[in-house]
Amino acid sequence: MSQSDQSLPLLRVQSLVKSYGDRVAIHEASFDLWPGEVMAVVGESGSGKSSLLNVIAARTQPDAGQVEYLNHNGQLENIYTMTQAQQRLLSRTEWGFVHQNAADGLRMDVSAGANVCERLMGLGERHYGRLRQTAEHWLHRVEIDISRMDDTPRTFSGGMRQRLQIARNLVTQPRLVFMDEPTSGLDVSVQARVLDLLRQLTRKMQLAVVIVTHDLAVARLLADRMMVMQHGRIVESGLTDQVLDDPQHPYTQLLVSSVLQP
Amino acid sequence: MLQMKQVSKRFTLHHQHGTELNVLQNVTLTLSAGECLVLDGPSGMGKSTLLKLAYANYSATSGLIEVSQANNQLLELTRATPRELIQMRRETMGYVSQFLRVIPRVSALDVVAEPLIEEVTDQLHAIDDAREKARTWLTRLRIPERLWGLPPATFSGGEQQRINIARNLIKPRPILLLDEPTASLDAANTKTVIDIIQEAVSRGAAVMGIFHDTQVGQAVATRHIDVAQFRFAAKDAA
Repeated sequence: MSQSDQSLPLLRVQSLVKSYGDRVAIHEASFDLWPGEVMAVVGESGSGKSSLLNVIAARTQPDAGQVEYLNHNGQLENIYTMTQAQQRLLSRTEWGFVHQNAADGLRMDVSAGANVCERLMGLGERHYGRLRQTAEHWLHRVEIDISRMDDTPRTFSGGMRQRLQIARNLVTQPRLVFMDEPTSGLDVSVQARVLDLLRQLTRKMQLAVVIVTHDLAVARLLADRMMVMQHGRIVESGLTDQVLDDPQHPYTQLLVSSVLQP
Repeated sequence: MLQMKQVSKRFTLHHQHGTELNVLQNVTLTLSAGECLVLDGPSGMGKSTLLKLAYANYSATSGLIEVSQANNQLLELTRATPRELIQMRRETMGYVSQFLRVIPRVSALDVVAEPLIEEVTDQLHAIDDAREKARTWLTRLRIPERLWGLPPATFSGGEQQRINIARNLIKPRPILLLDEPTASLDAANTKTVIDIIQEAVSRGAAVMGIFHDTQVGQAVATRHIDVAQFRFAAKDAA
């Protein structure tokens, strides 16, 4: 039976451990993420899901374990043995990070256009016309009226800010995007639009995504697969519909039975 | 195309004092290309559970489920990774449930075209082709043209069911699982769906389905199987 696979994952996480004092935030977390795969991490607050996201996105050093990323030479490279300059380059080009609170991921006092183009300017693009064109293209893709290009995000609604943050991250055509509760600060009516946009863009751009959410309906809509975390441990993982429709672990059963129609 | 070998399914309800529900036991069956196997038996027998096991929507408690994939490789579902299962569903197996899971803001036309668009992502002419095929399906299933541009969330049950059928059949996959696909359809549309299933079988698809309407079941079946024989209680009594 040929169930083996010779190719390498985009991200390989092995035996991660992270504690804050006596509190264990992540206990022995391991998984592989493949190109184009969208994976949701669910669990209640304090389950360790945001800690996990920060460790795999090179934002917090783990106490033990490894996070490896597939580099352009086709080799898995430990992200914590890279130089800081290499890490920074990775986070500004091939990776993206979408924060729950858009203000954490945007520059609130520069124009929307400059927010979209910052990554490109960081890579050395200086041609004003091309930058302007890219900004227009991306504002259009995230459904922000181009007439708002020179306004700062302070004047934007919550949903617009979140869409701008998404554009700002995707402008370099990343391969891997980390998202921390990207829709949970938004009104329900606004959520649908952001979710639909995320769904379309991840598919069209073949993005690999790790999305942390407490909302099982968001996981159902966006993710191919999911992991359930409780007290810092991954207690269950698998295809999204399998985990939601046939949960095995007591904690997953509790989560699924506690919401209306995920 | 699909083989189930001594498959059992037991649900353990951890929050109902660990209650165990034995739904199916010793399911052994083979589904071949070019046949339509109809699952018979009263409701509550585990017919839907059997289909969901075959689609890897439920995970089997024991036994093996082997699928010959479109790429000629055999995949054993109980040990496959999520990545392998996603690929298997995309290329090899379609599944029509009674209810459409609606996607906010996506038009009926694009909901139907999506399985074809997924493969081509950004090639514009291929997307146009996919939408053209979707129009053909919507026309055949009598969805009024004024609805094509609207998201199906507000459609009637029967309309949503037809959207679901079109979405799952637009890409001709080798294996097709059907869970009461005609439950809320009128006579004319039921007839159309029967035709569609018969066409799938004659192009060589392996079809397995549940039909509450025995006339529909009779019309499409090339073989029947009684799911009652896989009941745990029946086994015990024997």
